[in-house]
Amino acid sequence: MKIFLRSREAQLIAAMLVMVAAIAFRFPAFITPTNLASVFNDTSILIILAFGQMVVILTRCIDLSIAANLALCGMIAALINVAYPDLTLVVVVSAAIIAGALFGAINGLLVWKLDIPSIVVTLGTMTIFRGTIFVLTNGAWVNAHEMSDRFKAFPRSTFMTLPILSWFAIIIIGIIWLVMTRTAFGRSLYAIGGNPVAAVYVGIDVGRTRFWAFVLSGALAGLSGYLWISRYAVAYVDIASGFELDVVAACVIGGISISGGIGTVGGALLGALFLGIVKNALPVIHVSPFWQMAISGIVIIIAVAFNARAERKKGRIILKSAEAKA
Amino acid sequence: MPPVSCRISRHHYPILRFAKRMETQHSDFASAAPIFSLSGISKSFPGVRALHNVALDLYPGQVTALIGENGAGKSTLVKIMTGIYQPDGGEIRVSGSSVTFPAAHDASLAGITAIHQETVLFDELTVAENIFLGHAPRNRFGLIDHAAMRARARALLFGIGADVDPETLLRDLGIASKHLVAIARALSIDARVVIMDEPTAALSHKEIAELFTLVDQLKSQGKAILFISHKFDEIFRVADRYTVFRDGEMVGAGLVKDTNHDRLVKLMVGRDVGLVFPKGESKVGGFVLKVRDFCHPTEFDSISFDLRAGEILGFYGLVGAGRSEFMQALFGMTSPSKGVVELNGKPVEISNAAQAVDQGIVYVPEERGRQGAVAGLPIFMNVTLPSLHVTSRSGFLKLANEYDLARQYTQRLDLRASSLSQDVATLSGGNQQKVVIAKWLATKPKVIILDEPTKGIDIGSKAAVHAFMSELAREGLAVIMVSSELPEVLGMSDRVIVMREGRIVGEFSRHDATPEMLVRAAAGISEQAA
Repeated sequence: MKIFLRSREAQLIAAMLVMVAAIAFRFPAFITPTNLASVFNDTSILIILAFGQMVVILTRCIDLSIAANLALCGMIAALINVAYPDLTLVVVVSAAIIAGALFGAINGLLVWKLDIPSIVVTLGTMTIFRGTIFVLTNGAWVNAHEMSDRFKAFPRSTFMTLPILSWFAIIIIGIIWLVMTRTAFGRSLYAIGGNPVAAVYVGIDVGRTRFWAFVLSGALAGLSGYLWISRYAVAYVDIASGFELDVVAACVIGGISISGGIGTVGGALLGALFLGIVKNALPVIHVSPFWQMAISGIVIIIAVAFNARAERKKGRIILKSAEAKA
Repeated sequence: MPPVSCRISRHHYPILRFAKRMETQHSDFASAAPIFSLSGISKSFPGVRALHNVALDLYPGQVTALIGENGAGKSTLVKIMTGIYQPDGGEIRVSGSSVTFPAAHDASLAGITAIHQETVLFDELTVAENIFLGHAPRNRFGLIDHAAMRARARALLFGIGADVDPETLLRDLGIASKHLVAIARALSIDARVVIMDEPTAALSHKEIAELFTLVDQLKSQGKAILFISHKFDEIFRVADRYTVFRDGEMVGAGLVKDTNHDRLVKLMVGRDVGLVFPKGESKVGGFVLKVRDFCHPTEFDSISFDLRAGEILGFYGLVGAGRSEFMQALFGMTSPSKGVVELNGKPVEISNAAQAVDQGIVYVPEERGRQGAVAGLPIFMNVTLPSLHVTSRSGFLKLANEYDLARQYTQRLDLRASSLSQDVATLSGGNQQKVVIAKWLATKPKVIILDEPTKGIDIGSKAAVHAFMSELAREGLAVIMVSSELPEVLGMSDRVIVMREGRIVGEFSRHDATPEMLVRAAAGISEQAA
């Protein structure tokens, strides 16, 4: 318990509580369950993408194309919907996920087979993905009235009082947690980030694992693409433009080490929520949009400074629970 | 090696200029007062008392050996001496006057320089730039005088017998050459106190001999040398004085000529440890591994040998003889151009490490930090990394199983850690080595390749690793040990294969092998010529 209190997750929770309390002091309505649920719903896509990014960052790579991938997959989903309005949603969503995974696989293959630094690869594919949207549509928008009602309504429809969008985030949290803590693939991501050379000796194929990390990141971007387009009911070239930086920021705030090997699902989740609260609260307390950007930036830098300090601390006890069980 | 002073004009080179000054100041080094002394030095880190009230005196023209197990506080002391850490208490005196080193730069100005265990140099700079970084010769415009820098670098390297071109990039050099560059760098600064932190760890036999000549040369120039090493034969070869640390305290000091191996070991560990390498008797069984005509275009050529169960096969040779390269190819890390490997009579195809592990061949690499331990993961996850298919249930990891497996093997190796959930990076070198070995044993291999298994670890851990190797052989494991330490090779191996320049140049049984024979074969000296 003492260890948990000193952990980064606990610090983030404390910081969020302080922040929420301060906001609630001026605007009590902010902490009504309805509003908090809507903040979570607003942050759902960021959460899903942060997990994709986390998986990649853990292996000492980065996926800057994640938001462009989202936009392209969203557009593909929208175009499918326009062309075949009666097609069942399962097919549309699956198509978005598969397309995202394929685009992620392109990143992964370039990093794996050609050994190009991921930052270069994904900077390139980022523009390629956006360009592809332009080619597909000639720059035209797909507007709300062109989309079928079911397509638009699905993420908003509620199940057990929560919107489906939130449920997607919750299910993804569960899946990613399982993958990261309970599968050999998850463990190998940490091993690669912690010591790529040692990972090779253990028999982990570093390139192949990185490839699958990019595929996973792409698949999550694809899913997010559908969720984004259907939620905002519009698709065009610049959807989610610059959102990749928010995603990286969420990871960094959540204590995912940019140099790989360190980071938890809880951390990424809290990092995304932290950013989500900041972004939702600033308009509420009437901060001008220009200042909002500056303040978000300051928050990120403070978080990174904390992170750097935390990483210097040695002798951390990790996973005490396993020891207790054994 | 020719004496430096005959070839190089005294006027241009700081070492020689300095040597001259020392000659005039102290005609008799041995009786001089300490040039550098520490007293009452203490240093604590959160939860750890690294040093407690230690003292150390260094005399001009003398080599003082600092001896202690890993974790005894030697590295902390070096960091205090070089201004990287500030002591919590105590006094530092240089030439009799009390000083403080608020930063590394201040220690350097006081003439204290350290050649580190893993020397910090810059791969992308040339050798000359590395030597003179921060104090490069300037021309009259205040810009770096490259010609002078190269010339001085060449002279310094020549002076220490290093066959290195000052204009090559550092990354193109081997470890031994990098070490020589570090020494040249230390000499380029007009150092009065030279700290050598395990300088021989990465060097071959011949290079070590050259290093000792160099140490003698530094002594004759009146420099005070602090020599940190785990190897007793080296200490008795070069040191005039010794200081022993145990658990952050100074437990003994004196003249080397008044002591012996056993007394030093007893001081170091506070208990009796058998210095001899204890390969116990084991029943040698049938052939496990047959390697035939293993070739590589550049690294090694036609390697053939057999290995039996319960046998320890030593691979001896100089650094760069191709031993590690061969082992890595055997383990599937690199592909050989041709060759056949048979395991238990069946030919096997190994094209990557995963296949090697599956077949029961494991490799404990030489550079633990770089190739072995995964920092950031706790000890138990490091141990189970290659065994996850065993500890998992229906595709999902079972942390409790992992913990059990890790405990089983780390206990056998007498791992000292407060908890198996501790980050492996917080362990000392010896204990990290145990984690890496435990990791491989947990895969229940048939053949284990240990590359320099005890390099740079303290004598207590060393004895544990050796005893454990004997036990493995007794249990019927086939062990290949790559080692550059003669006593280890001779003590532990049932057979010794000597490699030179990528080829096997000799094979000796345990009873026939003598140190001279191995060194001759490794160095390529024929019986007649010697």
